This record gives sequence, C-alpha cells and structure tokens, in this order.
Amino acid sequence: MRKTLFDSLIHPPFTERLVPVPDPELARMAAALDAGSRRRLGRSLAIRMVDSGSCNACELELNALGNPFYDLERFGLRIVASPRHADVLLVTGPVTRNMAQALLRTHEAMPAPKWVVAAGDCATCGGIFADSPACLGGAAAVLPVDMHIPGCPPTPTQLLAGLVALMSRSP
Amino acid sequence: MTAVATASWVETTALLADGALTLLGLWGEPDRVHMAVAEAANAAAIRLLTLPCPLGRYPSVGRLHASAIRLERAAADLWGLEPEGLPDTRPWLDHSAPDYAFLPVEGDNLHEVPVGPVHAGIIEPGHFRFTADGETVVRLEARLGYCHKGIERLLQGASLATGARLAGRCSGDSTVAYALAFAQAAEAALGYVPPPRAVWLRALMAELERLANHLGDVGAICNDAAFAIMLANCSVLREGVLREAAATFGHRLMMDRVVPGGVALDLDAAGLARIVALAAETRRRFRPLIALYEKTASLQDRTVGTGFLKPSLAEAFGAGGFIGRASGRRCDARRWPGYAPYPDLDFEVPVLTDGDVHGRLWVRVLEIEQSLRLIEQIAGRLPPGAIRTETPERGATAEGMALVEGFRGDILVWLRLEADGRIGRCHLRDPSWFQWPLLEAVIEGNIIADFPLCNKSFNCSYSGADL
Ligand code: SF4
Repeated sequence: MRKTLFDSLIHPPFTERLVPVPDPELARMAAALDAGSRRRLGRSLAIRMVDSGSCNACELELNALGNPFYDLERFGLRIVASPRHADVLLVTGPVTRNMAQALLRTHEAMPAPKWVVAAGDCATCGGIFADSPACLGGAAAVLPVDMHIPGCPPTPTQLLAGLVALMSRSP
Repeated sequence: MTAVATASWVETTALLADGALTLLGLWGEPDRVHMAVAEAANAAAIRLLTLPCPLGRYPSVGRLHASAIRLERAAADLWGLEPEGLPDTRPWLDHSAPDYAFLPVEGDNLHEVPVGPVHAGIIEPGHFRFTADGETVVRLEARLGYCHKGIERLLQGASLATGARLAGRCSGDSTVAYALAFAQAAEAALGYVPPPRAVWLRALMAELERLANHLGDVGAICNDAAFAIMLANCSVLREGVLREAAATFGHRLMMDRVVPGGVALDLDAAGLARIVALAAETRRRFRPLIALYEKTASLQDRTVGTGFLKPSLAEAFGAGGFIGRASGRRCDARRWPGYAPYPDLDFEVPVLTDGDVHGRLWVRVLEIEQSLRLIEQIAGRLPPGAIRTETPERGATAEGMALVEGFRGDILVWLRLEADGRIGRCHLRDPSWFQWPLLEAVIEGNIIADFPLCNKSFNCSYSGADL
C-alpha cells in the first residue's frame, strides 16, 4: 500500500493537455449559445448523463473521461447524480420507446436554464438504429438539442472537446 | 432446419429440468420456436431443436426450467408466440402497457426501494425494485428492457455486412466477441472458413477486448468498495490497451474489425511489436495492484463473503463467464466446445468455488494473466497470408450457429440466410440472460449498500439482453 501510494506521488501525472482539434461544426454550435447563457454557464458545467438505450460503448468512453489521462473535472466538468443539480443533459443512445419517458422526466426535473447535448451517432440521429420501430431516432426527436457530438462511439477527446466548447472559455 | 415433434420438445424440457442438459438459448419466429441445448456433462454436444407452431403456441420450457422464463417472455413480445403453461406471462421487452405488476412481497416491517431506470452516474438503464427489512434486502426484482432497440427486427432482411455491424452494437463492450460470433455463424451457414491469419487476428482482438474489460471491472469493483486508487490505476491500464487498439486496429474498441470472411485490416511487424510491448507493460504494472488488493484487509472485508452465488444455481441457469466460473462451473466456450485458434494455444481456464464478489473479481485477475499469455502467443505465431476471403454465393437458404466466449461469458448467435444472401432471421443471445436472474438471488440477505458491489461484480449487459 505505502509503496503504491509513494509511487503515485513521484510518478509524473498521466493527465494530458487537451489539444483542441479545430472543428468548425463545434465552433458553430458553441457560438449559437447566446452570451447570456455563456455567462451563466461560466467556468463549470454540471452534467446529468442519461443513456437512452445505447449499446453501452458510448458509456465506456464517457467513463474514460474520468480516468487520469482525461480527468474531466479539471475543466470544471462534473457528472452529477441528480438532474436537480444539472446544467446539461448529456444523452447517449437512439432514444428507445422504452426510455423516452424516463428521458423526458429527467429533462423536466432539471432547473432552467438547461442545455441538451447529444453524444454519439445514435443520440445525434439514431445511428444504425434510425430505422428501428423500437427507437425514436435520437435525442432531437424528443428534446431541443443544443449540441451534437458525433462518433460511434465518440472518442474521449471528441467528447471533451465538445463539452469544453460549450463553456465560455471554449477554444 | 430439422423440425422436432412436440414430444421430443417436452422430453428435452424434462432433461433441462433434471440438469442433464444446459439451456443455451430459446428464440422465436412467427410460426416456430427454436431452442439450443448442450449436454451438461459434455458442453461440446450441442443440439438445436426447432418446433413448428402453426397456431402460435408451444409447450413452455420455463414452466419447468427457470432460466427459460425471460427468454419465453421476450419471444412472446417479439413474435407473439404463446408459451403454454408459463406461470409468468407479464411482458418483458414490450413496455407499452402503462403498469407493470411487480411480484408481491409480504411480511412485517418491509419497505420498497425503487431504483432506476435512470441511475446516478454513467451506467445503462434498468429498474431495480428492492424490498428491504431495515437495511437487509429480502427480495430484489429487476425490470429490464429499457435498451430494447429492435435489433433482431433490423437484422431481418439485412445484408451480411450490415448484420455484422448491428451484431457489433448489441453490447458495445463486447463488440469484437459479438462480431466474431456473428461471423462464425454466417461462415457455418455458408460452409467456408476464413484464412488462418484472419482467425488468429480475431483471437488477438478478442483477447485485447477481454483484457480491457477485465481491467476496467477490477478497478470498478474496488471503487464500489470505496477503494478509488484501484480504479485510477486500472483505468490507466485499460486506457493503455484501448490506445494500442486504436493505434494498431484503428478503433479504440475495435468495432467493425471482425467481418464475415475474415478481418477488416492487417497488422504489420511494428504493430505486433507494440502489442507485445503492451502485454509486458500491462503485466508489470498490474502485479503491484494485485498485491495491493491482497494486502488491504478493509477492501477484502467488503468483497469476501458478499453476494454469494450457490454453485447449484449457477449450474441450473447455465451461467457463463466469471460468474459461472467463480461458482464452480467448468465453462468457457473457447475450450468447450472450442474454436480456432484456441486448441492450438496454451491457456488455463480458472475455476473457483468462492462464489462471492471476491471470487468473481479473482477469476478476472487470473484471466487477465491468461489473456496476456494468449496475446503473446498469438503475436509470436501469427500465420502469414490473406486476411479475408470473399463470401461465397450459396443460392439456397442455410442456417448456422456459433458460440463465442466474450469477456462476460458465452455469446450465442444463430442465423438463417436466405437464397439471395440476405438475413432471414438472426438471434443474438447475450450471456447476461442467464446471469441477471442470479443477481436477484445473490443479493438476498445482503444490505442494500452492497448492491452496487454485487452488481458490478456481475457486470451484466443491459443492452445485450434487451436487444
Ligand atoms: S453511437 Fe455507436 S457506440 Fe454509441 S450507442 Fe450508438 S452504436 Fe453504440
């Protein structure tokens, strides 16, 4: 135990600088947020994540954001348990019929102002499940979506870039 | 398709109930029902039964054999097939009815705690209904189906290429294993074998996937016992594997890299060298973490004895993966029935009898070393040659089935290809079908606070079982 703790102390941090890849699409979506909402978001975002029936790979990559390489909390991004504490609803999955109600209720439970981010091809447009009668075809089918982060699944870097772009100190 | 008579269907049901056979899967079509079973004493002896049901009814298997209950409820929802005699006729995947009647629990001082489908944190959706006496859980009933995406419906009429992509998105954490099972089933139907190099590259990806998932699980289980340093360190190791996968196979999770007929891309000598180096580095850095686990009594205080799964239950449900193997089941599809290239490789299948959270964690720890050994062997002996053969034209309907060991257990894929090469019907059975019900059994008598720990030690797939 002591050795592991000691090693952790002397090991240089794993955490990497986020090198923003210029993405006109992200910049456009971020710019679309009005100045007032930017001010309110400030330098921190509380995120409530809802899996609306994803294949779980998007969750794997969202979970990876918490690992020491990406360490999303250093950007002021925090995954919160209650929708009452959240500024942003982060949706993955194609919105199955069976999850639509729970997704809407989570959104309703969030205090305004609130934003919706759709992460992954499924959430942005239904992805490979777009034609399924069991799915509604993505978050925009039931909620006003402020930002789309494509990818199947999006890499942690893409996810971070999208979320950071939402905030006022966006690249 | 070889149709069986009702009598032999019923007889098979009795053998399942006796424990002479293990249920591998049960799935429907509008006018027939299929069931795959293996002999309990010889997992390589697999039988597929197809029972025509022109009236839309068949004698229930779940009536006598509990592991079939949810499969029959799902087949009723998806195909309108009525399992005659099944005591539980509530819908399973179909949530359109406004109310769902949870099973009644009676007794003094009991209270209910409903949890989900939206949980705290980043996990999949499912509903858990706890009945507790004080802190102690007396009954848990899960309600799943929230991830139901209609995958089997989308597969009907799809091309093989689309089918492979859909199979790889049934449960994203097992994307390689699913794509492999799908490809093997298609290849069995069409009667052709991919080139040796492709077969070995598939196994390399499958072991990388197992390694990444087990590393993630070991960290996450310890984290649910509030030992966060393991999560931090294991997630660093897991990230290392995913980055190498991205560098060598072009995708962190290796999605769509296994395709019918072979693999989508090759590895050069430099790529192989990177993977060998990754294996050595992972082993070197994982070892002290395990020593840390072994020396931390406060952590083992949470894992040892928690969530005990009786071997008899694991056997009756045919639970695969670390759940079955931690409760004494000798099972691993790589060995029983086995598929190429594993008979040519040297690896052990760890089987323990602890049956608790610690046992399930420890099976993973042992399997990490086995996967590392397999990765090194495969990288060292990768045969030369082509990586893909063209799918042959068949011109007639054909059926194929495959059983592949994913990180959480055996994945079964059965499909029928039509004469035009399109998929007529394809069924994907996640290992979680036979594991979820056992979670309800192991939590009994534990405190609610230990549920996350038990749940993580099972790590069943919601998406895979919800289809
Ligand atoms: S976008 Fe891709 S990875 Fe994400 S849930 Fe959909 S299929 Fe899975």
